[in-house]
Amino acid sequence: MKDNSSQASNPLTRLWRNQESRGVIIQIITITLLFAIIALIGRNVVINLAALDKEFSFTFLTWPAAYDIGFSPFLEYTSQSTHLKAAAVGLLNTLLVAITGCIFASILGFTLGILRLSKNWLVNRIAYTFVEFMRNVPVLIHILAIYSLIITLMPPVKKALDLGGGQFFISNRGFYMPSPVFEPGAWMVGVAMIVAILSVFLFRRWAKKVQDNTGKIYPVFWISIGIIFGLTGIVFIAAGMPLSWDVPALKGFNFKGGMAIKPEFLALWLALSYYTACFIAEIVRAGILAVSHGQTEASKALGLRNNRVLQLVVIPQALRIIIPPLSSQYLNLTKNSSLAIAIGYMDITATLGGISLMQTGKEMETMILVMGVYLLISLCISGYMNWFNRRIKLTER
Amino acid sequence: MKLKTTVTLSAALLALGVTSAAQAGTLEDVQGRGVLRCVTSTGIAGFAQPDANGVWRGFDVDFCRATAAAVLGDANKIEAVTSTGKTRFTKLNAGEGDVLWRNTTITFTRDVGVKLRFHGVNYYDGQGFMVRKDLGVNSAMELDGASVCIQTGTTTELNLSDYFNTNGMKYEPVTIETNDEGRQNYESGRCDVYTTDASGLASTRSALPDPDAHVVLPEIISKEPLGPATRHGDDQWSDIVTWVLNATITAEELGVTSQNVDAMKDSKNPEVRRLLGTDGSQGEELGLSNDWAYQIIKQVGNYGEIFENNIGVNTPLGIARGLNALWTNGGLLYSPPFR
Repeated sequence: MKDNSSQASNPLTRLWRNQESRGVIIQIITITLLFAIIALIGRNVVINLAALDKEFSFTFLTWPAAYDIGFSPFLEYTSQSTHLKAAAVGLLNTLLVAITGCIFASILGFTLGILRLSKNWLVNRIAYTFVEFMRNVPVLIHILAIYSLIITLMPPVKKALDLGGGQFFISNRGFYMPSPVFEPGAWMVGVAMIVAILSVFLFRRWAKKVQDNTGKIYPVFWISIGIIFGLTGIVFIAAGMPLSWDVPALKGFNFKGGMAIKPEFLALWLALSYYTACFIAEIVRAGILAVSHGQTEASKALGLRNNRVLQLVVIPQALRIIIPPLSSQYLNLTKNSSLAIAIGYMDITATLGGISLMQTGKEMETMILVMGVYLLISLCISGYMNWFNRRIKLTER
Repeated sequence: MKLKTTVTLSAALLALGVTSAAQAGTLEDVQGRGVLRCVTSTGIAGFAQPDANGVWRGFDVDFCRATAAAVLGDANKIEAVTSTGKTRFTKLNAGEGDVLWRNTTITFTRDVGVKLRFHGVNYYDGQGFMVRKDLGVNSAMELDGASVCIQTGTTTELNLSDYFNTNGMKYEPVTIETNDEGRQNYESGRCDVYTTDASGLASTRSALPDPDAHVVLPEIISKEPLGPATRHGDDQWSDIVTWVLNATITAEELGVTSQNVDAMKDSKNPEVRRLLGTDGSQGEELGLSNDWAYQIIKQVGNYGEIFENNIGVNTPLGIARGLNALWTNGGLLYSPPFR
């Protein structure tokens, strides 16, 4: 038998029969094919663009955009700004809805997850029904539904609902509220707040050291709150309250002054948040259930109070299970925010990947940029969550 | 064995890639397929909208049908490739449609930058504003601070910005994707003003539950010559689309209608005889059959008939010919001669 196999005279056949070399050969072939396909796609793009007389270039980013954007809370943007700036406005709008969405989804998700574990039958069932209903309907439908609800159910702007003292108004053009106006001297309050936050950090470190050494526990949370609000408040009063409010008022067609939360943002933010929150709720529930009951019993046997049990024993262990799937929920929310286009919220898909694409005819370039931007945002979220995951993982000594 | 399949597969892929790169020969493609694919809007009453039976009807659709009559001899062999303002050129350039008949404004950027071929104007339009009557607005100059609904990816979006900037006024743009969404937002009061081409306003107004409660303001703030477009790189196909449009205009000029076209075949007027293919070989020079224009008029009608059937004064849209009358009647329609 042995004789027979080594008799395979052809060296190629022998290479093929050797498991190790066969692996190498297959990998080389796969990589060659992969590059061939990529080259083929590239070649096809070049030929097709040439047939359409189009050239591949990014210079359009420096041209004036010539269109207006209705929602640009962070950047001064006019129709004379460049396509690059329009893209930046879109990017900031995407980040705004992604970050606020992740925060709200987490709060709502953790709450729902804990309610799902409640021993109260009614609370438990309500949370269960909410989660199952919301997460089994596509998120685009949620966005459109919320948007229609807002613009059809809320009163028109001329009959805006006054929510109190002519300061807060609700209409189908948005939720209007006073905006703060900083007067001279406001910088002192800002500095006081920064000092307060820094001293809270120092205090916490000190309190932890004391606890490690002596076992004495300070009410860290309440003292922190006291420092931040107390110090800032004292300086605020001492500086002669350098803050006034710009109150919205109906003038002509619309409210002028104040701040407004537009229905487009509100619909997108709400729908993305509660949709994602339902998935987070299940993750949280799974994470808490995965901490064995013996742990709770053991810590109670040590004499820990209920909230200390949660804070010191259950949650740290549950977090280890929760964080990895939670990161993918954050990624999903961020990517789903591109559905903004359905209701006219001006995110990066709507500005760079929408109007700029259309007005310049640079489909390839804009789409490559938009994809790159989403990839970058996703990688940042991934990176942060991985760092956080490493930080809280079981430290073995 | 496995290796062999992979090699065959990649060879097939290679062949596929090479063939899809081919562009020219739209006429052969359409005739081979037996169906003309037109890029149309997602629905604008009177211009392009499916009727109760799901058949696409309207002014732009009729020009698509005219093209099909000329190319395939049957006006019904069309397929509507619906597109929003934003996706239309991508769909045309990617080859999903053969020709675009979709109230599209001819502009420098679209011609030169987006790389389209335009073939003349089938509707002279201009951008206007519609508001509720009870707002008491009589002029567009009173719109400072208003919320304005616009369709994204259109020239209207750019004109609007220019107009408000020039006049030192501010506005809140509410961008929407389709005409229907725009109507919903306008109806619910999300915006005070709906702006688009005057023809589109007439169409949108006719579809509102109470058209008389809304008024189109007198200002027309732009020139919007609407016309068909095709891709670069196929001159024969471009010629065909150009002359389909010209044939409908010339037919009206010469008094040829779908009613009298059979009798007109024996007309004494040599231009009528050339147009209808009785004399000469103009159809064959285009790569079509000689009765191409006869088929257009017989099956769809001349320009005047297309206009009156879909958007004229006797339709819900009630648009007067205005700029879209023949040059001999004080309008702008003027076709080069069939000679």
